[in-house]
Amino acid sequence: EALVLNDPDFQHEDLNFLSRSQRYEQAIRKSSLMVMKLREYGIADPDEIYWFKSFVHRGRPEPLDLHLGMFLPTLLTQATPEQQDRFFMPAWNLEIIGTYAQTEMGHGTHLRGLETTATYDPSTQEFILNSPTVTSIKWWPGGLGKTSNHAIVLAQLYTQGQCKGLHAFIVPIRQLGTHEPLPGITVGDIGPKFGYDEMDNGYLKMDNFRIPRENMLMKYAQVEPDGTYVKPVSDKLTYGTMVFIRSLIVGDSARSLSRACTIAIRYSAVRHQSELKPGEPEPQILDYQTQQYKLFPLLATAYAFHFVGAYIKDTYHRISGDISTGDLSELPELHALTAGLKAFTSWTANAGIEECRMACGGHGYSRCSGIPDIYVTFTPSCTYEGENTVMMLQTARFLMKSYTQVTSGQQVTGMVSYLNDLSRQRIQPQHVAARTVTMRINDPTSLVEAYKSRAARLVESAAKNLQAELNHRKSKEDAWNRTSVDLVRASEAHCHYVIVKLFTAKLAEVSDAAVRAVLTDLCLLYALFGISRNTGDFLQAGVLTGAQITQVNQHVKELLAVIRPNAVALVDSFDFHDVHLGSVLGRYDGNVYENMFEWAKKSPLNKTQVHESFHKHLKPMQAKL
Amino acid sequence: SVNPDLASERQTASFSVEKLTALLDGGTEQTQIRRAVVEAIESDPVFSRENQYFQTQNERYESAVRKGVHLQKKMHEMGWTEDGPEYKYIYRALSGDVAFLLHRVFMRSISVLGSDKQIAKWIPLATQHKLIGSYAQTELGHGTYLQGLETTAVFDSATQEFILNTPKISAMKWWPGDMGRSATHTVVFAQLYVHGKCYGIHPFIVQIRSLQDHSLCPGITAGDIGPKMNFEHIDNGYLLLKNVRIPRENMLSKFCEVQADGTYVRQGSEKINYFTMTAVRISLISQEVLIPLMKACTIAIRYSVVRRQSKLKPGEQEAKILDYQTQQEKLLPQLAAAYAFHFINDYLQELFNQGYREIEKKNFDMLPELHALSSGFKAVITQHCTAGVEICLRACGGHGYSLLSGLPSLYTKILASCIYEGENTILLLQTARFLIKCFMAASAGQPVPPSVTYLAAVKHGKCPAKNKLDFLSADIYTEAYQHVAVRLTSSTAAKLQDLIQSGVKKHDAWNQCTVQLVQAAKAHCHYIAVKNFAETVEKLETKAGIQKIMKHLCDLFALHGIFSNTGAFLHDGYTSAAQMDMVTASYLDLLAVIRKDAVPLVDAFDFTDKSLNSALGSYDGQVYQRLYEWAQKSPTNQMSPAYERYLKPLLHNTLSKL
Repeated sequence: EALVLNDPDFQHEDLNFLSRSQRYEQAIRKSSLMVMKLREYGIADPDEIYWFKSFVHRGRPEPLDLHLGMFLPTLLTQATPEQQDRFFMPAWNLEIIGTYAQTEMGHGTHLRGLETTATYDPSTQEFILNSPTVTSIKWWPGGLGKTSNHAIVLAQLYTQGQCKGLHAFIVPIRQLGTHEPLPGITVGDIGPKFGYDEMDNGYLKMDNFRIPRENMLMKYAQVEPDGTYVKPVSDKLTYGTMVFIRSLIVGDSARSLSRACTIAIRYSAVRHQSELKPGEPEPQILDYQTQQYKLFPLLATAYAFHFVGAYIKDTYHRISGDISTGDLSELPELHALTAGLKAFTSWTANAGIEECRMACGGHGYSRCSGIPDIYVTFTPSCTYEGENTVMMLQTARFLMKSYTQVTSGQQVTGMVSYLNDLSRQRIQPQHVAARTVTMRINDPTSLVEAYKSRAARLVESAAKNLQAELNHRKSKEDAWNRTSVDLVRASEAHCHYVIVKLFTAKLAEVSDAAVRAVLTDLCLLYALFGISRNTGDFLQAGVLTGAQITQVNQHVKELLAVIRPNAVALVDSFDFHDVHLGSVLGRYDGNVYENMFEWAKKSPLNKTQVHESFHKHLKPMQAKL
Repeated sequence: SVNPDLASERQTASFSVEKLTALLDGGTEQTQIRRAVVEAIESDPVFSRENQYFQTQNERYESAVRKGVHLQKKMHEMGWTEDGPEYKYIYRALSGDVAFLLHRVFMRSISVLGSDKQIAKWIPLATQHKLIGSYAQTELGHGTYLQGLETTAVFDSATQEFILNTPKISAMKWWPGDMGRSATHTVVFAQLYVHGKCYGIHPFIVQIRSLQDHSLCPGITAGDIGPKMNFEHIDNGYLLLKNVRIPRENMLSKFCEVQADGTYVRQGSEKINYFTMTAVRISLISQEVLIPLMKACTIAIRYSVVRRQSKLKPGEQEAKILDYQTQQEKLLPQLAAAYAFHFINDYLQELFNQGYREIEKKNFDMLPELHALSSGFKAVITQHCTAGVEICLRACGGHGYSLLSGLPSLYTKILASCIYEGENTILLLQTARFLIKCFMAASAGQPVPPSVTYLAAVKHGKCPAKNKLDFLSADIYTEAYQHVAVRLTSSTAAKLQDLIQSGVKKHDAWNQCTVQLVQAAKAHCHYIAVKNFAETVEKLETKAGIQKIMKHLCDLFALHGIFSNTGAFLHDGYTSAAQMDMVTASYLDLLAVIRKDAVPLVDAFDFTDKSLNSALGSYDGQVYQRLYEWAQKSPTNQMSPAYERYLKPLLHNTLSKL
């Protein structure tokens, strides 16, 4: 951190005052410098690179993200040794800057729908790449618009007159040297977005563009010189990368929400407003129950997601070890779980960031609060790397499969093992979960049980509705679609249970008593607040009674008061540097108002005392009227 | 030509789109006037928003000023006047991208708060744009709580002047629109001091810029507060006052006056102030909140029948994403809410006009109810619509994130509405205060205003529904909403009483109940919205299929509210778990029914392509061609210096050093 902070090369004007072209230019400048300095300092450890990078770009995306994060790794995992020789070192040395071109204008999460074609021509031993329709134009890849000179393009492979499905090809798109687009290539920037101003997300249209046969990534599937297609051994391996990236998003949800909470909570301690008691000075707004009710559950959520992110990362690394020894048994569950958790955490964090912004009143809306920037940078994670609803339905598919296994007498393991209880319940006539009525409101373990019962009941109810639809209608697909709202609810309940469970399990690992005490409060708040927000599920499942819900609501409010004295310390623990936070409202020193004034003076509208619009428009009007 | 996927949606409409449009406008005549205004504005190149997404803050500001000036000319040319029938459609046609909106607030505050003499002096100057006004209330450290403002105005009887000061940094005026660069005058709210005694907040007219060269007047520091999430075209400003002297006549003195010798005189009723706030809140709902939600629904629903993704059945073409139940569950409730709030807006408007007539007769009895309803609905509707626009944005997948979809700017604009004109939580608490008061009065057998009479008739029944079809009866669900509203209000009132009786001070007790009070206020508004929608449907003509489709939307609005808030309805056993399953079943069935009319229902909002300004939502559904064309206009596709300056050295020379 200090390396970056003290380096004058990385200083620049506040990005809020720059246009998009200027922000792109600054990002490119810093990325170029960053790569050189990383090598100069000899930083090679992935975690260290990550920290360095997030400090240089202050948590924002940058044009080389796809080169470093997708292009190079894909070469490593999918290229043959011969291809690595040809491409890897030039790419490492940035003679080749690459991106990863998957999504098309008309096609996103559903990969099989992609339309770009790569047709093999055995006479010249080349692939001919085409974008046959407007909807097939590659659209969105980061760094594609202006920065990259190569792209890994996903296209439908045609050889010997047959479609062999999606494959990856290394396609040069700009002339080395002049950086001009190559003949047959149309490439550009897709225009302004909600955020991601520094990223040149691009489009790519290919018109009979030829590349040598050796440019298809052929570590797994291959096309031989005569056009014979050789199938890959296993396709489950590609799951691994998806799991990895989705686990990163879970961590990102935690971090983005933590940043927003830091800003909102610090500011709420500085801001005074109205009066609680007549005649007394205006209190800190953090003393209002309604303000605590907005922010503290989010703070608890940020901590919860932090632990969940760490869990998935660890599990992934553990399972990766198994995979390399050929054991794929745990992969389906992890895949299903990360899909759901990616959706659950990004939806929650997305809404939470907005709540933090609104909790800052009008000033939250100013760019100087830093929260608008966190929001626009984070919000696309609800749609990229798998649209959230589709993710939830993937998890649901796994839950339904597990449920079917249980009903057919098999045992399931892992996070879904609670479904095993359902079959035991079935012997008794009454409703699934109409048993746990002794809930101890102060005991996280007891709350985990409540969440478990709720998940079980929603999974079962979705499964039964699905079965009922199947009995009524003919096709499996229609039945699935007509149950999908229930299925999403079941997945959400499952994910919610997993999070409460992981948070609770984490408490036992904390050795410092004071830290454990405060984390226990947060864990309780997280779990109880979740119940109070979803009372219907718990009431309908018969897990809790109306009287217990009243107790839960009461206890949530008591916890707010308990957490209040530790609130600022809890966000300080996230340890965000002011520069990284990029917020006037969330400054560590709390000197908000002076610095807002200083910041505003730098606004481009203030460059001159009298704006040119006065002479151009206002004055003539006043003269005329 | 229209994209066939979109064209086919229009062929199956169960009702007449034109008739529904007329219903929304309040008659075919209104529709004609509106279309004429829109046509006149959109055909004028000065008002074009074509480049909006590519402009910088400075460019947006300049274009808004240019439009503001041009609008005066246009109105004159077209013969539109401020009290004519066209006026309310101008803002809609411009999509708000225009300067000098605060000039109108400046004029209104002088009309309401000024003496006849002051009105005679200032209003003509403002009308002729000899000056440009603004309205400076909020300060850096102070917002919704007006009494906390720190700016001071001290009366100096020797010179018959007020001396205005910003005593510290948190007292600096912050946020007022048009003040950063444009305004020459502003109404400043300050604490009035006469002979050392503080008389509270009063309004003063202060000149801040020269009428000759626009330079700042002595003692004034003013400027733009910097970039925001949206409203780049408005120069929200700051203002610092240092011993600025203004004549005694510049204090707006309809209600309070400082006489020459410093005597402070209060005259007339200040209740009218509440009435102005009510007026602003109600007008905001239709202009700033409903229109963005309606636009967002139009864009997202049209795009969802053009976008195809995955297959519902193997071997078939990829399905329209609107055919997925989960997509319907995101968008159709937003559509139903847009209609529900449209009708609530009519109801509030009507109530407001009635109140206005009473006030003219010096009868202020309706004010508390009006104030409570307008506060509560401002909060509930802005919150609901903001969430709704965001749902639409995210329902468009990646392309929704592109500015060219039009959705991000609708979102960043509407979300400001949750804060201005009163922060929502505080407004809900005002409504709650009214509810508690009325509940107490009703329990004691005293009369209460019409909208809350239901609080007196506490019934302890159970929901009588027997099957899922029963939940399509307006009586059944309205009753359920009423039950929840009563329960939340009465239980909170009881808790407040308990706390106070056990010795907790009144204000502490209030703070301990605020979370529940907010819930009670929301439940009250939700109940009124459902009830009003159901009553509106009753009154509609049965012809042309309008009543039928509106009934479906009303059912959907009501059942969505129960479905997403089940706990409140299950809590005391009013609704059983089995009944809740019926609600869910009915609700999901409705989605499939309304799905068929989804496109005609948004067509009926009657937005032109220019006013949507969206590559995804245009009438013809040529989504992909338009995205591609618009992207090529992006300035980033013109010359970028980044390659020559940074990429080239990176790609070549410097690498040898690595």
